[in-house]
Amino acid sequence: MWLYALRRLLLTIPILLGVTIICFALVKLAPGDPIQNLVRPETPPEEVAKLRAYYGLDQPVVIQYFVWLWRVLCGDLGRSIANNALVSEEVVRAFLNTLNIALISVVIAFVASMALGIIAATRQGGAVDKLVTAIAVFGISVPTFWLAVVLVIFFAVNLNWLPATGMGADGSHGFNYFDWNDFKFAVMPIIALALPPLGIMTRTTRSALSEVLNQDFIQTLRAKGLSEGRIIVHAVRNIMPGATAMLGLQLGYLIGGSVLVETVFTWPGTGFLLNKAILTRDIPLLQGTILVLATVFVLINLVVDLAQSMIDPRIKRI
Amino acid sequence: MKVSRMRGMFTAAAIAVLSGIGMASPASAETVLRVAMTAADIPDWTGAPDQGYEGYRFAGYTMYDALALWDLSSSDKAADIVPGLATSWEVDPADPLTWTFKLREGVTFHDGCPWNADSAIWNFERVKNSTSPQFNARHAGMQGWAVGALAGYEKVDDYTIKLKTTVPASMLPYSMAMLYMISNCGVTKLDNNYEKYAERPAGTGPYMFDKLVPHERLELVKNPNYWNPARVPKHDRLVLLPMPEASTRAAALLSGQVDFVEAPSPDTIPALKNAGMQIVTVPYPHNWDYLLRVDKGPFSDIRVRKAANMSINRQDVADMLQGVAVPAYNTLIESQPWYGSPPIYEYDTEGARKLLEEAGCLPCKVKIGISTSGSGQMQPLPMNELVKEQMDEAGFEVELVPMDWNALIAVFFQGSEASGFDGINFSMAPIDASQGVVNKWWSQMAPPNCCNWGFYKNEEVDKLALAAMAEFDTAKRDAILTEMNNKVMADAPELFIVHDLNPRALSPKLSGFVQAQSWFQDLTPIVVNR
Repeated sequence: MWLYALRRLLLTIPILLGVTIICFALVKLAPGDPIQNLVRPETPPEEVAKLRAYYGLDQPVVIQYFVWLWRVLCGDLGRSIANNALVSEEVVRAFLNTLNIALISVVIAFVASMALGIIAATRQGGAVDKLVTAIAVFGISVPTFWLAVVLVIFFAVNLNWLPATGMGADGSHGFNYFDWNDFKFAVMPIIALALPPLGIMTRTTRSALSEVLNQDFIQTLRAKGLSEGRIIVHAVRNIMPGATAMLGLQLGYLIGGSVLVETVFTWPGTGFLLNKAILTRDIPLLQGTILVLATVFVLINLVVDLAQSMIDPRIKRI
Repeated sequence: MKVSRMRGMFTAAAIAVLSGIGMASPASAETVLRVAMTAADIPDWTGAPDQGYEGYRFAGYTMYDALALWDLSSSDKAADIVPGLATSWEVDPADPLTWTFKLREGVTFHDGCPWNADSAIWNFERVKNSTSPQFNARHAGMQGWAVGALAGYEKVDDYTIKLKTTVPASMLPYSMAMLYMISNCGVTKLDNNYEKYAERPAGTGPYMFDKLVPHERLELVKNPNYWNPARVPKHDRLVLLPMPEASTRAAALLSGQVDFVEAPSPDTIPALKNAGMQIVTVPYPHNWDYLLRVDKGPFSDIRVRKAANMSINRQDVADMLQGVAVPAYNTLIESQPWYGSPPIYEYDTEGARKLLEEAGCLPCKVKIGISTSGSGQMQPLPMNELVKEQMDEAGFEVELVPMDWNALIAVFFQGSEASGFDGINFSMAPIDASQGVVNKWWSQMAPPNCCNWGFYKNEEVDKLALAAMAEFDTAKRDAILTEMNNKVMADAPELFIVHDLNPRALSPKLSGFVQAQSWFQDLTPIVVNR
């Protein structure tokens, strides 16, 4: 298995290279320019040219890419064009902000979806099943930005229970997830993030468990006199590899794809950072963020693969 | 039993939650003004703001001063410049290329360093001389435009400097209002390390840097020793929060998280008013219009340009925006001295169609570049759809090409010729005669030099531009600029639509704010009542 893990890690390198090349090319192909975003229209062309040279943007695109790549290999993600800050610091800070709420969201979604999925699968066709299915469909269908705005209107504006935006008085510096005065800022982003994976995982759990419960060995267990509770434990163990894979995918999705939720809540995570970097064509920041996210996504998938084989010995990773 | 235990747990949780919410921030004597900006990020705070004039508004004139400053004390007239770190300036009557600036004495930077002629010269070198140790390429790129007309500068004595321009530049003091002076000895002590300097920047402005959480908040505190006692802030702390989503800004104000919101969306204004918020609006130099390509294509015919202007029901556009805009017939607003007497294009669909027929352009196909959002672009999608509908009704066939704001900026920089568009919807800020009249219409200012996007050229106008630049008497120069603007407006080189009224929403606990007719605002008089 360790050999498998090493091989997968080595395979990460071409994946990351591919991701950065595609990202770099897309930004370069898109119209727009980071320098023009910075300067006033009255800026003389020679001053614009100087600034472009200062950031190395006067070089051919291929050279720009390899200069960036060489710096990355030397451990330097460069500086943001927009605010001159170190990209590494920017990305790490944003990543931690996103990771925390993504982890909490995915754990909530996983636990709730397992519970709902089991309840629905064991009461197929009944009212409870229909209710759970409705919840799942709602979770899958509802646009997160809409949900986010509705949550803000309801809980922040109308009820004034929760803050509408940001991370509190000190921002992400010193944010304490174990202090309610800080954590309350994370509640609505967590709910908005948790709902789509909750819907997806509930449906997956329900259908996978329904299938397992119809298999012959379940009849055998019943014939042996096992209680329904014990039977469900056996059935759930059978669906765990699939559920774990889904969990990993959803975590990756939440870490990389929370642009809309983070924008509505002004939550300073990677989604917010990516959005800003794209709009301002801040290539070093964009590349750095994408690189970190791609690495994390690949690693999560690797961990999930390894976890699957530990949960289910039938799945061998060699 | 189980049910009652669960109910008990819920009750306990609810009490915990509610008591947590009830734990408001500890009582403090400090008064704090929290502002939600439309910017997606904290503007550069080191003395060279980015993110358009919103950056200048919040991270520029708060912490820094320039030789000249904008007088933002009145809502009744367009803002003009007044002495700042310079107490007076005059051009040499014998040599129109040489200016003398007398500097203000007794001013210190926030880090205690004195302001004097050495500071001024050091700051010019910072953005102008690439061989000086303090040269900052980034600052030069961002603020180099303000010193573009300068050929040289020298210290005369501790509080007098001389500036040389390359050509007669009667509007130089306006440019000098856009170059912030940062602490020279502060940067020198750090061995010209601007990354270190960014951790504790120092200007001479009414607010001092206190702390920054990147991308999240910039906190400034009152400068009790500000050289102009009338502008010492009437609150202790100013917190600036980037909040690009209009609905988030409105929600943050309604839920008490901020006190002052920039540009609430028109849809949210009734709800904000119902909740007791103060909505303030005032005309200011911000026109929402179409820049037209006038050297080639359909708009090279003045009849087509006039037809476009006649096809617009401007009041409809203003009404759609719930009254936060007013009809426009000029790049400038009426309170600006060079407004003149532009032709008023009444809404006349039939008249417009007739003109298009005469011009042999019916249906008249035009391609317009628009952005989906962006600084000063107001509500670009619904507004452009309404404009297209009105133009199409008069005989145009408008093709709207949407793109993101950065892409449209690139289209603006490259100019109409290279862009392939007949027009673009690009808001501009004609804050002074240079930006509002000369740079827009003088043919020398066509891209890549500056802002005459549509390659408008009128020899009489060009002569007047040169005359205005060489006229140092303000009244006479204003008369020349008015004549120039009148000639330009008669040529209808733009499709004038509306002027933004710059809505802002303020918490009822704020008082004292005077909204200036300007892109810049003075927050210092705001009182945060308890």
